[in-house]
Amino acid sequence: MSAPLLEVRNLSVVFDTPAGTVHAVNDVSYTLHDGETLGIVGESGSGKSVHALSMVGLVPCPPGRIVSGEVLFEGRDLLKMPERDLCQLRGGRIGFVFQDPMTSLNPVLTVERQLMEPLLRHRNLSRSQAKSRAVELLELVGIPHAKERIRQYPHQFSGGMRQRVMIAIGIACDPKLLIADEATTALDVTVQAQVLDLVRDLKKRFGTTVIWITHDMGVVAGLADTVQVMYGGRIMERGPVGPIFKTPRSAYTWGLLRSLPHGEARTQRRLYQIPGQPPNLLDSQQGDPFAPRNEFATPRCFHEVPPLVQVPDSTSGHLVAAWYDLPMALRARQEKPA
Amino acid sequence: MKPFFSALFRSKAGLFGWIILIVFVAVAIAAPWLGLPNPIRGSLTARLAPPTWTGLFSPGPHPFGTDQLGRDILSRIVFGSRTTLLIACGAVVLGGIVGVTLGIIAGYFRGFVDSLLMRLVDIQLALPLMLLALLVVAAVGPSTTNLVIVLALTSWIRYARIVRGQVLAVREREFVLSAKAIGASTARIMFSHILPNILTPALVVATLELARVIIMDAALSFIGLGVQPPAPSWGRMLADGRTYISGAWWIVTFPGLAIVLTVLSVNLVGDWLRDYFDPRQRSVR
Amino acid sequence: MNDTPLLSVRNLVKRYGGSSTWFGGNSFGVSAVDDVSFEIAPGETLGLVGESGSGKSTTGRVLLQLEAPTSGTVLFKGQTITGLSASELKPFRREMQIVFQDPYAALNPRMTVGAFVAEPMVVHKTASGSERQDRTAELFRKVGLDPSFMTRYPHEFSGGQRQRVNIARAIALNPSFIVADEPITALDVSIQAQIVNLFQDLQDELGLAYLFVAHDLSMVRYLCHRVAVMLRGRIVEMAPSEAIFGDARHPYTKALLTAIPVPDPDIERNRRHVPFDLEMHGPRPGQTLQKVAPQHFVLT
Repeated sequence: MSAPLLEVRNLSVVFDTPAGTVHAVNDVSYTLHDGETLGIVGESGSGKSVHALSMVGLVPCPPGRIVSGEVLFEGRDLLKMPERDLCQLRGGRIGFVFQDPMTSLNPVLTVERQLMEPLLRHRNLSRSQAKSRAVELLELVGIPHAKERIRQYPHQFSGGMRQRVMIAIGIACDPKLLIADEATTALDVTVQAQVLDLVRDLKKRFGTTVIWITHDMGVVAGLADTVQVMYGGRIMERGPVGPIFKTPRSAYTWGLLRSLPHGEARTQRRLYQIPGQPPNLLDSQQGDPFAPRNEFATPRCFHEVPPLVQVPDSTSGHLVAAWYDLPMALRARQEKPA
Repeated sequence: MKPFFSALFRSKAGLFGWIILIVFVAVAIAAPWLGLPNPIRGSLTARLAPPTWTGLFSPGPHPFGTDQLGRDILSRIVFGSRTTLLIACGAVVLGGIVGVTLGIIAGYFRGFVDSLLMRLVDIQLALPLMLLALLVVAAVGPSTTNLVIVLALTSWIRYARIVRGQVLAVREREFVLSAKAIGASTARIMFSHILPNILTPALVVATLELARVIIMDAALSFIGLGVQPPAPSWGRMLADGRTYISGAWWIVTFPGLAIVLTVLSVNLVGDWLRDYFDPRQRSVR
Repeated sequence: MNDTPLLSVRNLVKRYGGSSTWFGGNSFGVSAVDDVSFEIAPGETLGLVGESGSGKSTTGRVLLQLEAPTSGTVLFKGQTITGLSASELKPFRREMQIVFQDPYAALNPRMTVGAFVAEPMVVHKTASGSERQDRTAELFRKVGLDPSFMTRYPHEFSGGQRQRVNIARAIALNPSFIVADEPITALDVSIQAQIVNLFQDLQDELGLAYLFVAHDLSMVRYLCHRVAVMLRGRIVEMAPSEAIFGDARHPYTKALLTAIPVPDPDIERNRRHVPFDLEMHGPRPGQTLQKVAPQHFVLT
C-alpha cells in the first residue's frame, strides 16, 4: 500500500483552565489514505473537533496545548511546521468546512471576495482568473445564477446555500484533504441531504480525501468508508463502515446504535439508553473513559486503558479498544448485536 | 458567611481592596475620636508646613503637612472623607437604583416606554454633565443632599443604558419565557429572573461611577459649587492646593492619593463582587 | 383517550412585523403561522414536524399564549384562552407547560436548580415551606435526579441533567399538557434516548398530552400518535404516525421522509432522496386541508 496521506501518531491535546487541566485528546493515532473518507463520530467532549483543529494549528494556545504527537501530512510533520507554511497549507492543500456558515463567513464582504481570497493567496491567480474560477466553484456546488449571486453578501443566502458557499471556499484550491466539522449539523434535513449528495459527487469527481466529523451515525453510514468512534478524547473503535454498523465491538458504538429508533413505532420497544452522563474531562482519567457508563465493563476497564487493536475475527482494519468481548457478553445475555 | 470569607481569602486583590475600603470607612466614622487637630481652624504661624517626616522645619506634628491656612492636612483628609465618601456612595447608590430600575423597565417593556426613556438619556448625554450639575446646584444650592441628587442625576443614565442593553439580551433567554409559562408576574420576572443576571454589568458601572463621581465632586468643589468652605472635602483640597503646587506639593498630593486609593479599592472590590456573585466562579471543582 | 379534545387550535395566525414604517412604506409582515388548526386529545402525543422557519416552534409558543396570536382561537378543555389577560390565564398556566430546546438557555444561571423547579409552586402558592421542599425532592426523583442536587447551580450540570431539571419544573404543577419544543435536539446523542424514555414514562404515569415539536422524524415516529407536517407556516399533512410513515401523500412529507439519514450503510448508500420543489409544491393561498383517509389530511 502507498504511503498514507495523513498519519496521526499519539496526539494528545490538553486545555489549561482555571478549574484544572482538561484532557481533550488522549493518545490518538490513525492513518488516512488517499481518496479515503473518514467519518469521525462522537459527542461533545469526545475530542473529535479538537483533534482535527489541533492538527493544523487552529487550537488557540493558550489555553490549548499539544502535549505530544506527530501529524504527518504527505510526510511532513504539521506540528513542527512553521506558522507560515501552515498558513500555506490551510485553505490550500487542506480545506475546511465548519459548522456554522453564518459565523464563519464574514458578513461585510461579498461572497466573491471571500471565495477569491484563497485563490489569490494560494494559487497566484490573477484577479480576473480568480473571479472566473470563483464563479465556476459556485456553479460546482450547485448555486443557481452563480454569476449574479456571487456579488451578494452572506445574509442574502439561505442556510443551505451558505453552507454550499463554505464548501466552495473549502475546495477552492483543490485540496488533497477536506476536513468538515459538523458541516451539516445546523442545516435542515432536506438541505443536509443535498449537501451530502454534493460531497459524494465531489469525492467521485476529484477523488478528494475527506474527514467528516459529526455526531450523526446516519450521516456517517452514507458517506464514510472508514468510521472512527471517539469518546472521552480516545478512539473507541475504528473500522470499515460495514462492520462498524453490523457488528460493533465497542459497547459505546453498540449503545449509540441501539439507542436510535429504527423506524419502529412507540409501542414496539423502549429505547435502549446508555446510562450516566458524558465524562468530565477534568477528572484525571484512569482506564477506559466509557467504563463508568458501560454495563459490560470488566474490572480491568476501570484502571487500565485498553489499547486499540485489531478485532481477531473481523475484517482487517476493524480495531477496537476494549477489555471486554462484546459479542460474547451479548450472547451471554441472549441479545442480538445492534 | 463562610463561603464569603473563603472566597475573600482566595483573591489577594479582592482582599486588598476590602481592607483599604474598610480602613477608610472606619477612619471616616471614627474621625472625631482620633484626636486629630481641628480640620477647620488653622494656625497662620504654621502655614504651608511640610510633612514632619521630610525632616524640614515643621512647627508641630503634621504627618502630611499643613495647607495655606495652616490646617493639618491629615485631619482634613480624614474629616473630608466623611463628606466625600458619603456624597460619592450616596450618589452611586441612588443613581444605581434609579438607573437599573429604569433600564430594566425600558428593556423589558420596550415600545413607547423604552423610546421615551432612551430619548431622555440621549438628551441628557448631549448636555455636558458638568453644565447640568452646575445649573442644578446653582439653582438649588450646594447642600450635601443636593449634591448627592445632582451627582446621581448625572449617573443614572450610564446604568440605564448598559442595563437596558443587557435586559434586551436576557429577556430573549428561554428561562424568561419559562417564567412567563408558569404564570409568574411581571415584577417576579423582572426582579428574580432578569435582575440577578444583569447585576454584574451594573456592578462594573457602579465601580467606575464611584470613581467618576468623586472626581466630579472634586470638580464641582473646584469651581466653588461643591462642599462649601471651610468644611473639608477632597475635591476642595485639590482645588485649593493647586496654586501652591510648585512650593507645597503635599497639599494636593495627599488628597490626590486618597482619591486614587479609594477608587482603586472600590474597583478591586467591584471585581471581586462580580466574581463572588457569579455561581460559576464560586464553586470550586 | 376519549373524544373531547384537550386542546383545540382553530385557524391560528401569527404574523410578525406588518406595522407601517417611518419612511411611509407599509410592510405586510411575515406569517410565521398561517391558518393552523388541530386538536390534541388527553394523553395523546402530536408531533409537529418541519424545518427551521416553518413556524413549528412559534405555533407551540402562541398556543401557550407566550406570544399573542394575530388571529385565531385556542381552546383548552373547551374554554377559550386566546385574548385573556395575564391574571385570567394564570389558572390555565398550571395545566399547560413547555420544555425548551436549549437546556442551557432555559435555566436561570443565577438560581439554584431546586429554587427553579420549586418556582411554579411559589407562583401558584400550591405548597410552601417543608411541603414545597418535599415536593421538589419528589420531582427530582421522578425525573431521575438526586434530590441532593437541589442546592446546586445550573452550570454544574450536563446538558441531559439540565433538561431533566426543565422537565421537573414543567411537571411541578401536575399539568395535563406539555409543549416539548425540540427537547432533545441540543443533547448529546448518548443522552437523547434517556430523555425520550423519560417523556414516555411521564406520559404513562401522569397521562400527559404532548405537542412534540421536532425536526427529527425517526424520533417523532417513535414517540407520536399523530404527526402534523408544517411548511412555511402551514400544515401540509396531518395523519396518524403509521399513515405518515407508510402512506405519505404530500410531496414535502415524502421529501422529508427520504432525507433522514438512516444509521445503516446498506440502506443509506442505495437511497436517493426525493428532492422537493417549493415553487411547484409549496403551499399556496386558497389551499385547504382535505381528508384523504380517516384522520389523514393533506393540503390541496
